[in-house]
Order: sequence, then C-alpha cells, then structure tokens
Amino acid sequence: MGKILLEMKSITKEFPGVKALDNVNLQVEEGEIHALVGENGAGKSTLMNVLSGIYPFGSYTGDIVYNGEVCQFQKIKDSEEKGIVIIHQELALIPYMSIGENMFLGNEQGRKSAIDWDKTYAEADKYLRMVGLSESSRTLIKDIGVGKQQLVEIAKALAKHAKLLILDEPTSSLNETDSKALLDLLLKFKQEGMTSIIISHKLNEVSYVADKITVIRDGSTIETLDKNVDDISEDRIIKGMVGREMTDRFPKRNDVHIGDIAMEVKDWTVYHPQFSERKVVDGVSMNVRKGEVVGIAGLMGAGRTELAMSIFGKAYGTNISGQLFLNGQEVQLKNIKDAIKHKLAYVTEDRKGNGLILSNPIKVNTTLANLSSLTSHRVIDKDKEYLVAEDYRDKLKTKCPTVEQNVGNLSGGNQQKVLLAKWMFANPDVLILDEPTRGIDVGAKYEIYCIINDLVAAGKSVIMISSELPEVLGMSDRIYVMNEGKMVGEMSGAEASQESIMSCILKS
Amino acid sequence: MGSNIGNTLKKYTMVIALVVIVGIFYIGTEGTILLPQNVNNLLSQNAYVFILATGMLLCILTGGNIDLSVGSVVCFVGGLGALLMSKGYNVVIAVIAMLICGILIGAWQAFWVAYINVPPFIATLAGMYAFRGLSNVILDGHVVAISNTTFLNVFGGGADCYIPDFFGGGNFNITCMLAGVIGVAIFVINELRARISAKRKGYSTTSSVAFIVKLVLVSVVVLYMAFKLAGYKGIPTSLIWIIVVVLAYHYFTTKTTMGRYLYAVGGNEKATQLSGINTKKVYFFAYTNMGFLTAIAGILTVARATNAQPTYGMFYEMDAIGACFIGGASAYGGTGSVFGAIVGALLMGVINQGMSIMGVDANYQKVVKGLVLLFAVIFDVVSKREKK
Repeated sequence: MGKILLEMKSITKEFPGVKALDNVNLQVEEGEIHALVGENGAGKSTLMNVLSGIYPFGSYTGDIVYNGEVCQFQKIKDSEEKGIVIIHQELALIPYMSIGENMFLGNEQGRKSAIDWDKTYAEADKYLRMVGLSESSRTLIKDIGVGKQQLVEIAKALAKHAKLLILDEPTSSLNETDSKALLDLLLKFKQEGMTSIIISHKLNEVSYVADKITVIRDGSTIETLDKNVDDISEDRIIKGMVGREMTDRFPKRNDVHIGDIAMEVKDWTVYHPQFSERKVVDGVSMNVRKGEVVGIAGLMGAGRTELAMSIFGKAYGTNISGQLFLNGQEVQLKNIKDAIKHKLAYVTEDRKGNGLILSNPIKVNTTLANLSSLTSHRVIDKDKEYLVAEDYRDKLKTKCPTVEQNVGNLSGGNQQKVLLAKWMFANPDVLILDEPTRGIDVGAKYEIYCIINDLVAAGKSVIMISSELPEVLGMSDRIYVMNEGKMVGEMSGAEASQESIMSCILKS
Repeated sequence: MGSNIGNTLKKYTMVIALVVIVGIFYIGTEGTILLPQNVNNLLSQNAYVFILATGMLLCILTGGNIDLSVGSVVCFVGGLGALLMSKGYNVVIAVIAMLICGILIGAWQAFWVAYINVPPFIATLAGMYAFRGLSNVILDGHVVAISNTTFLNVFGGGADCYIPDFFGGGNFNITCMLAGVIGVAIFVINELRARISAKRKGYSTTSSVAFIVKLVLVSVVVLYMAFKLAGYKGIPTSLIWIIVVVLAYHYFTTKTTMGRYLYAVGGNEKATQLSGINTKKVYFFAYTNMGFLTAIAGILTVARATNAQPTYGMFYEMDAIGACFIGGASAYGGTGSVFGAIVGALLMGVINQGMSIMGVDANYQKVVKGLVLLFAVIFDVVSKREKK
C-alpha cells in the first residue's frame, strides 16, 4: 500500500433544492491512476470542482486532506499552487492565440509589465515535447486538431507543475487513435510518478488505464474497485453505476422487415468549404433500405459527418458531385428545406451547438423543423404545438416538469431526446443520426436505442454514425467503414467485429 | 408554490420597478406627475420610443444586433414628408412615400447585414452618418413647417391632436373613458377564454393567484390611465398608433412563424439553419421591418413638432436600445418581448418626465438614465446567474 496523496472525507455539497454530493469519500494513492465513473449527473464533476476550489471552502462540508494537510481552497489558484490541476471536458483554449500563449495564460512568464516571450515559447516547447507533440509552440491553436489540442491542455497542466492531474472526460471528443495515445501518455506519466484522476464514460478506457475505480451514483460513493483485487470488467463497472446488472446493453429487435432501398448515393464527392482543393468525401457510394439500421464506423475526421451533412441539402461543403436517389428516383436537393421536404433528417452530433436552442422551451425546439405543419397563414396554433410536444415527451419518455421548460436545463440524455423528437416530428423517411448517444449515460443510451428500433420497426431507415464500435456493432444491420473520406468496407452486422472494422481502417 | 411566486415576481420585476419609480416621483413631485396633462404628455412625447423600441427589439432578438441608424432615418423620412407636403403633394402620397422610403432604407441596410455579412453595428453606423447628412441636404439646413391639418390630426400634432369626444362630455371625455372600459373588457374576456380553454385541454397554467393579480393590475392601470386622460383632453392620437403597433407586434412575435424564427436565430443560429430555416431571410426581415417602423416614428415625430428640422431624431436609437435592454431583452439575443420593451420605454419616459418636473438639471438626467440602464442590465445578469 502506497502513500495516500489525497483523501476527501465525507464531502457533502448542496445546491438549492438538490444534494449534489452526499457524504462522498475518495482516497487516491500517490502514483496511481484513479478512475471516477458514474452516470451523468451522478456528481463526478461536482466532486472535482470541490477539490479544485471552483466551489470554495465553506460552500461544502467535509475535509480535503492533500499530502497530509487539510486544505481549504478558496479558488482555483490555491489548488493549483499545491499541484492539483484540473482539465475540463470542454477545451479551454483560445483558437486565435498560439499554443505558447494559451499554455501560459494566467501564468505568464517574465514580469507583469513585460512578458518574456522568448522564455514563454522555450518553456512551452519543452512541455510540448513531454506530451509527445512536435509542433512549434508558436502555432495557433485553431491550426491543430482536437486530439492535439487535448495534449496541449495536458502540457499546460504540466507547465503548472501538476502533481495531481484531474482529467474530466479527456477523450470525449477524440478518435480511437488519439484516445489511445492520450491514455498511453497517462500511463507513461504514471511511471514517472504522476498521480491522475480520470473521469470517463468510456469503460473500455477505464479498464485499460485505471488502477482503481471509484463508482459514484446519485451523489454517493458506491464502491472502489481495485484492479489487483476485484473484477474490473465493463459489465462489473456498469453494474455498480446503474445499480443493477445490465445483461443486454442493446435492445433486441424482434421482427426485422428490411424492404427496398430508401436512399442511395453514388460516387459522392465533397470538397472542403474553405480550402476548396481539399477532398473531404471521395467517391462514396452507399445505400440504406427501409426498416434497416446502417452504421457508419470510422475514426474522427474520417468524413462521416461531412458526408451526412452534404447529403442533407448541401449543409456542408462545396463542389458537391455525385448522384442521390430517394426511393429509386434521382433528386437534386438545393438546400436544407428541400431535404426536409424530401423526408430526410440529419440529427447533429453537436446537440448544444448545432441542434437545440438552449434558451427556448422544449415545445419550441420540438416543432422548429416542421413549424409549417402547425400553422395557418403563418400563424402558429399554439394549442397544437403544445399537444405535439406533450405527445413526443410521452413517446420518448423525456424527463421534464413541463414542455415549457427550457432545453438548457435538461440533462444530456433528455436533450438528445428532444433533438430526436424534433426530427421525428419533421416526419422523415430516412434519419441520419450523428453520434446519437455521445456524452449521455448508460440508461439514457438504452432508451435512445429503443427509439431507433421503434423507428425502423415503423419502416423508417436509420443511418447511424458512431465512434463507439460496440454501439455500431450492437445496433446495425449493416455496417459501412469510412476512412479519410473513402468508404473502405461494408459488412453485415452479424459478421462484423471490432477487430474486422479496425483492420478495415488500418489496411485501407 | 414559493418558487412559483418568485418566478412571477422575476418575470414582472420591471413592471414592479416601474410602479415603484412612479410612486417615488409621485411623492417627489407632490402628485404633479400623475396630473392628466402630464400623463398625456408622457405618452405623446415618447411615442417615437415605443415604436422604435418595438422594431429594435426584433433586431436585438436575432442576436443582440442593434440598428444605430434609426435616429438619422427618422429625421430623413420626416424631412422628406414635410418637403413633399410643403410642395403641395397630397398627404396620402406623402405618407406612402415616407413609408416606402423607410422600407427601402431598411432593406438597403438589411441587404448588407443579411446577405453580405456586414456586421449590423457597422452597416447601421454607416447609415447613421449617411442619413444625417442627407437630411441636411434635402432640408437644406432649414426648418420646414407642416401645415397640412389632415396629417397633423391623424398623426397627433399641434393643438388638436386628440380623438374628439363623440358624446359631448364637456370637461370629462366620455369617449376616452368608454374606450378604456371596452379595452379592459376585451382584455379580461380574452384572458379568461384562453385560460378556460387551456384548463379544459389540460394544459399547465399559471397559478390562479398570479392570474387574478395580473388581471386586476392591468385593468386598474388601464382604467386609471383612461380616467386621467379623460380628465384632460381625451385620447392623444399618437396613443392609437402606439397601441396598434404594439399589439400587432406582440401578436407577431408570439404567434407567427417569422416571429418564432427571430427568437430561434438569436438562440442558436446554426441549429436554426440546420432546421431548414433561411436565417438570412430572418435578418433581412428584422432590418427591413426596422426601416418601416422608423418611418412611422418619423411621421409621428414631425407631426408632433409640426415641422421637420435636420437635427431631429438625435439619439433616438439609444433611447430605443435602452428601452429594450431595460425591458429584459438579452444582449446576446434570443430572449425579450415587445411588452418588456414597452415597459422599458415607459420607465425611461417616467424618469425623464419626473426629473423634469422636479427641475433636475438636464445633464444630471442623462446621468440618471445611464445608471438606470446599467443597473437594469446588471440586475438581469445577476438574476440569471443565480438561477444556475
């Protein structure tokens, strides 16, 4: 048993009306990677915010003992001085500043009145090499990919002389290769004596990297599993998270009736909207049948979202060429309105940024894409609108006090349901779901899968883009594999496996 | 229940603030501020603010975008009308020309904003300079008097800018009082009908207490105003225009698809685009419409003054913007209401008038107005933060 670096004792944190944390205990040994898992809203992020001083001492009860002393952090600076550095889920980098500037933002080198830029960039380069990046620290953040940005965040933490690194969903926006690189980096740091706490939904990553796993449910610690003592398989962790055994993570579809081809694209090519010489989608042909779920697997940046959006009324890209057939008829979709009219729907991967109006109520969001069906002479029938929203709330089991509630106040899973409701109300035949379960918890995922099954049972076609291979495998009748803008494989759901998909990508 | 009352209070904070401020000035001016003549002046003097604030609200809804040109355009449109009438054109032609001119100016700026992506601040700042200059050019730096009595009577100018009393009530204008009573009756019946139908269909409604308080408050205020106005000369003509515009735009923003799209664009432009809505059209509409309402404000302004001058309309844009923000519109777009903007405009108007009556120096009046705007927005920001 190593030395205990951090101990959080009976932490209780209340918000008006809610007990977010109830008597939580956490022990982290020096030099280990400790994973914190739990459903959305279980209190993981709140706990880390207490630790890092975002919620100052006094706003919670309980003790934080770090390195043998009781700490009373008033602000983030206090915890950072002790070497506790938190990296938040949303990247906190400024796109039009250089890596170096970002890295030392709030921690500027030199004097207050005269920043020493030479030193800044020299130091920044040093830390960049430590995380395995070869970029110059003078590169602007906007010019590097998300995966590298996440590494810059870690380098930034190192520059603050972190001894305890807290990563909140570090891989949520990364593809598998970048995720693996990041996790390996954490393992390397562990060799060098760094202690890390990682919050993650991706249980395979947790099993891969963590020495100990603490499960939080409804604001309380349920258990801590030790890699060397306990079973830390995914099923075991899920059992702790949801409080019951999840024998089947994907609901079965009973009667599968796969019909004619509903949508087909042939030789579809799309160029980047800004850099018009760059091919983003390259000669893709694919189809989806009525009553079928087609999965598109691939790495982040493979061009899947771009393919989907370009089909959806040219919502992305320039110089789009190729043929699009709907029910056997070739069609030209001029714009998104046209696409909706032809019964296509694209459910975005970025529900907060591109999907929902967070400051508007559920009912407004639900009807936005098909408002004309509720109007006469451009005047909205608000009674009908309310009924529609209520109807979808029942059907999709959205948890909310009323449909007048602003979408911004809902949890991720319920927001996703509102987004699905919006597009179901547009009455499409073909739904393209882009990462439909990103960032939502296990229970809500299951419900989303059920909705997908209901959709295809009703004769709709679903194209599901997902970066989570188990999900693609669990849900799809047929799977396409995409890599670097090209379709590199097609297989039936029955014969596909994680290995066959990955080898498809790697061999392309 | 407790939070319910809290929410209702929050929703009507600015109304409460208005009542409190009126109360303060009532004491400060020993009742003068609520004399019929002053109530009357408050409305007709600020007619332009109500109209402009309504149009400005639509622009602000699309994402905190403002229109800086409205003051200059008020002046230009007013000058154009005055010139036409002084040259002997028919009043109908003059008014139509003014409205079309306003719409064209609005569309000109809207085009750059919506389709060329010129930031609204810049596009309308350019308009602010250009139309101030053009006003001077067409008026040649002079005052152009308006003598057309039809124009003045209809748009509320000169000595006779009131709806005449059809019942011959002498010192007490019966038409005015009757209009107030009928207005309240229509309002109460409408609200009750909506509530009953909502209850029958099982929709959620506000608590009965809040509903009754709202009905009683609105009725009392309207009847009180009608009573006050009746005691002077009756309904100022400009009030009719204000009521028409405010009701029309209240309906427009709450019930129509375009109204809904204004909120949607301000709430999340990308999501709106991906819902198949032409967001450029929405911007184009907001700014073109601003031009239209600016023309109406221009008409009311020159009618009230019975002349046009190249200095008219200075800082009107700021009054309109201030009214919207005091009335709870978000500086980032997506939230706000016509009703709120009107309350904001009233609040500013009351403060102005109250201080004038109390003999506060005009320079200090500006200081107070500035502080009120600042505190209204601070309050808004802080109360939103607490909600999180």
